[in-house]
Parts: sequence; structure tokens; C-alpha cells
Amino acid sequence: MTVNETTVADTKPIIELHNVGKLYGNVRALGEVDLAVKPGQVTCVLGDNGAGKSTLIKIISGLHQHTQGEYRVDGEPVRFSTPREALDMGIATVYQDLAVVPLMPVWRNFFLGSELTRGLWPLRRLDIEKMKKIVDEELCAMGIELDDLEQPIGTLSGGQRQSVAIARAVYFGARVLILDEPTAALGVKQSGVVLKYIAAARDKGLGVIFITHNPHHAYMVGDHFAVLRLGAMELSADRRQVSLEELTNHMAGGGELAALKHELAQVRGVDVEELPEEADLSL
Amino acid sequence: MSAHTTTPSPSARSATRVQNRTAQRSLMRRFLARPEVGAMIGAIAVYAFFWTVAPSFRAVDSLSTVLYQASTLGLMALPVGLLMIGGEFDLSAGVAVITSSLTASMFAYQLSMNVWMGVIAALLVSLAVGFFNGYVLVKTKLPSFLVTLGSFLMLQGLNLAITKIFTGNVATNDISDMQGFNSAKAVFASDITIVGISMKVTVLWWLLFVAIATWVLLRAKFGNWVFAVGGQNESARAVGVPVSVTKIVLFMLVGLGAWFVGMHQLFEYNTVQSGEGIGNELLYIVAAVIGGCLLTGGYGSAIGPAFGAFIFGMVTQGIVFAGWNPDWFKFFLGVMLLGAMLLNTWVRRQASRR
Repeated sequence: MTVNETTVADTKPIIELHNVGKLYGNVRALGEVDLAVKPGQVTCVLGDNGAGKSTLIKIISGLHQHTQGEYRVDGEPVRFSTPREALDMGIATVYQDLAVVPLMPVWRNFFLGSELTRGLWPLRRLDIEKMKKIVDEELCAMGIELDDLEQPIGTLSGGQRQSVAIARAVYFGARVLILDEPTAALGVKQSGVVLKYIAAARDKGLGVIFITHNPHHAYMVGDHFAVLRLGAMELSADRRQVSLEELTNHMAGGGELAALKHELAQVRGVDVEELPEEADLSL
Repeated sequence: MSAHTTTPSPSARSATRVQNRTAQRSLMRRFLARPEVGAMIGAIAVYAFFWTVAPSFRAVDSLSTVLYQASTLGLMALPVGLLMIGGEFDLSAGVAVITSSLTASMFAYQLSMNVWMGVIAALLVSLAVGFFNGYVLVKTKLPSFLVTLGSFLMLQGLNLAITKIFTGNVATNDISDMQGFNSAKAVFASDITIVGISMKVTVLWWLLFVAIATWVLLRAKFGNWVFAVGGQNESARAVGVPVSVTKIVLFMLVGLGAWFVGMHQLFEYNTVQSGEGIGNELLYIVAAVIGGCLLTGGYGSAIGPAFGAFIFGMVTQGIVFAGWNPDWFKFFLGVMLLGAMLLNTWVRRQASRR
């Protein structure tokens, strides 16, 4: 099944994956995945642990290379050897561990790897005043309030750190924002905050790839949903083609559970009434 | 699209928020949060202690002896400390110093060249050793403890074996009558007088290098990267920090330090004993740790190891001035190390308390 392109035929995708796969030696971590990411859209990638979500984003963000298929950015085939190259093309990733250095101050983390400097070598130095001012403004624009930009980023709450990381990616001209399980370790309220920033980034015209295993979070902001299972694409559908219920079933291993329904029914204490039949799941 | 959440309105939020949020942490707390504060307090305490118990310690001459002792250790503790902030160890640092002076001495002597040629050869060899350590580390991803343990043993063997091949002896020949010796000695091992106090030139070099390193660490891009690769290697790589280059450069800086100290020893003593230097690498690490560099990386300062080296110098000389049995030296060093660790941890906890 190919990605449905009727709804947003007018906007050209920034990122396109065609039959992209990845082998680790003999182990197939990801096989034949198609995906298109368009500006101003949130593409949700769902899947259980080990489904290949992380491998997929590592390929997109340049940490790993694909071993088959084609990865195109703006229509041109690419093969990134470092995350820096992906960053330079506007593909920014906010990792599960947020790619922050806990002991370093907030402002140093914000500009890490892209520090602003002034003066000529050998006296080229960090432009600390300017960096602090920008961080202050950017965080403020995202509605993040911190007491002190000098405090180590490790002392912030999970939601705050996540938001700082998103603000950082947006500031550095990301066109595509990859969010790896941004709500995984967060409470309900903090998840809401992060979802707000995802929506904010989308409204700024960024293409967002939102990786999650929570279909409810995905359905709140998603325009397109891709479900991975065991390294393969199980579902790829636009918002209007799929309901939250269907998404949840696909996500929760519904297919496998339906197949097991008959067996489970014979086990005392397992309620199978609510499980869907296999026939309901095919789209 | 009704299920979509709405965008936060930044203007409304920012209007209500308190301005000036960066200026609130008190000066005292910011001072206590510096990594070298523990070592500084420790240095003052040790100085006061020997000032009280050893009258001869109070003389100005004694201070210059202490500073000299501190500088030869501090010149190496500095790059070792930086490397430690970058998250790595270098166990080969001690013998690398001897490798450097052996290279310079034998290269110049065997080829009957100006000693400056030997100095340059030693510089290249020292940087190459550092590069080797760093390169093997980033390519194999083995822990630096093992990589540099390997090069420690290799260098130790090379030092002995090659010296014996060329001199038939475990020490190098005296090079003090060779061309260029005097100018090289002036740079690396001369005595200078500043406002009536005579001291070794190494003290000035040491202070200069500490100042440069402090600036680089806190004000330059490279310094930012050092903290980042030590604090969270993978994160640093993900945001585009050249992790491998940073680590290799840090190892090469240790090589540079080994070259400098090696040159000092050569031009101070004219000959080199090929079996020396073993065990010094731990003293460098001790000085860096006393100076507040975190053993696991990502935290520390350039001035901290300087305080660590200063404490080391004071204890070494203080025991002599106090007329105590120098056999106790290592015991005191161990006490200092533990004490400094406790003090550092305590100060850090105080500073991060909110």
C-alpha cells in the first residue's frame, strides 16, 4: 500500500521513504517501509517495543544508514553519514533521551553543537550574552518559564526538558521535526504541554514525525498514521481513513490478539468479549 | 481537525511572566557552584596548617619551592584534568613524559644535531602518542582505561628497550655540552627572578597554560564540546558536536603536556633515566580529582587541577619543612584525596540545593 496523497496533493513532501529497510547483519530491523512527511502535517509513527520505530528515525535522522530502498529529501536521494548532514538539510531530531547533557546549563545545551561566536581566531569566543538572550526569548515564546538559564538542564522536569529540546530544534530552522516518544515518560498534564508544542510546530509549517506508542496522543495531533510491526509497515492511513478505535486495535497488537482469541477463550478468567474479530481489522 | 490541540499563544504568556529571571541566583551560591571551590578551600586549609606547624614553611623561598613542585605536576594535571572532563583517562601520561625526554635526548645525541631538533622530534612523538590513544579509543570504542593501559605498558617497554639499544645503558648520555642546549634550557628549565623572588620558569608556564585552558574551557566552542562529550557522549554526537575530534585533541593535549614536562626534566637534569615516570599518571589523576574534576566526566575546571597540584606541592614540601619522616607522604596524599572528595561532594550538594 502506498501513502495516500489525495488530501495534500498540492504540498510536496519534504521526506520520502520508498521501500526503505535496514539489516543488522542477518537481523532485519526494518523492511520495505514507505513514508512521506509533508510540511504542516504531523505524521505519527506507532508501534510496540521492537517494532522498528527507533531504527526508522535513526535512518531519517542520519544516525544509521538504510541498507535497501531509497530515502529522498526534497525529491533528491540522500544517504546521511552523520546527524550533522541531516541537520543541515533541516531534519532535526528530539531524542527520547533528548540529546541534552544533564550537567550543562540550559543555555549551553540549547546552543550545543551550533554555538554562536564572535571575534577572530584565536580569540574567537562564545557570544554568551547573545546566546542567553536568544534562549530566553525562544523559551518564552514557547511559554516555558525557568528561574535561571544557568541551572543544569538535568534539574528541569521531563516536560520542561522536552519543551526546551523542541524549542531548540524549531529555533535552528528545522523543517522536519522528529520526536522520539516525547510523551513516554510524562504524566497527563506534561504530555498535554508537549502535545501543544507539537501542534505549535505544525502550525509554523514544520513537518512533524511523532513517534509514540500511545494512540490517544497520536490521534490528538496526527494527520497521518503509520503503524509498524516487527519491522514492517502494518498500516499507513490518513486521519479520515482511520478511527481512534481502529488505530488502538492495530497498535495494541489487536491482530495478534484476535488470532489468539479462540485459544484465550478457553482460559478461565480471560475476558475476550471486547477483543475485535480478525475481519474487523482489515482496512 | 477538531481534535487538534490549539497553539499556545506566546505573546499572552510572555507578557505576564516575570522579567529578569537570569539574575536571581545569589553570588555566593554561584561561587560555591564552581567545581574548584572545594580544592581552593582545601589549599587554604593545608597552607594554614603547614604555616602553623612548620616555621620554615613561611619563608618566601619555601613558597617558590612548593610552586616549582606544584608546576611540574600541574603542567600534566591540567591536560589530564581536561581529558577527565571529556570523560576519559590516560594511564600512559606518566611514562609518556619519559618517552618525550628520551626521544629528544637520543635523537639529538645519536645524530649529533642541535638539541632543538630533538625537541621538535619529541614534540611530534608525544603528539603521535596522544593521537594513537585517541584514535584507538574512538575507533574501537574500548574504555580509555584499557586503551591507555595498553599504551602505558608499550611505552614502558619501548623506553627501556630503545634506550638500551642506543646507549647500552638504562640512562641517556649527558647532552649539556651540545649545541642549542643553553637556549633550550632557558625556555624549559631556567631560574628567573620576579620582584626579588627566584623561581623556576615552569611556574610561569604553568600559570599561563592554566589561564589559557580556563579561557578555552569557559569561553570557546571547544570548551563547550569538552564538557558535552564528557557529560553525555551520544547526546553531543546527536546535536552535531564532533565527538571523535574532540577526544583525539584532548589526548593530544596530554601528549603536549608530556612533551613540555619531558623537556623540562631533560634540560633540568641533562640525562634521563628510562625506567622513570611509572606511577606519576595516578598522581596527575589525583590532582585533577582533588581539583574537582568528576571521575565520570562532564564536570570540572582548568584551575581546579592547579589547586590540586598546589596542595600536592605543599604536602610534599611541608612534610620536609616540618621535619617529619617523608615516608608518611603517600599516607597524607591518600588522606588528602579522600578529604577532597568529601569536601567536593559536600560543596556541590550545598550549591545545588534549591
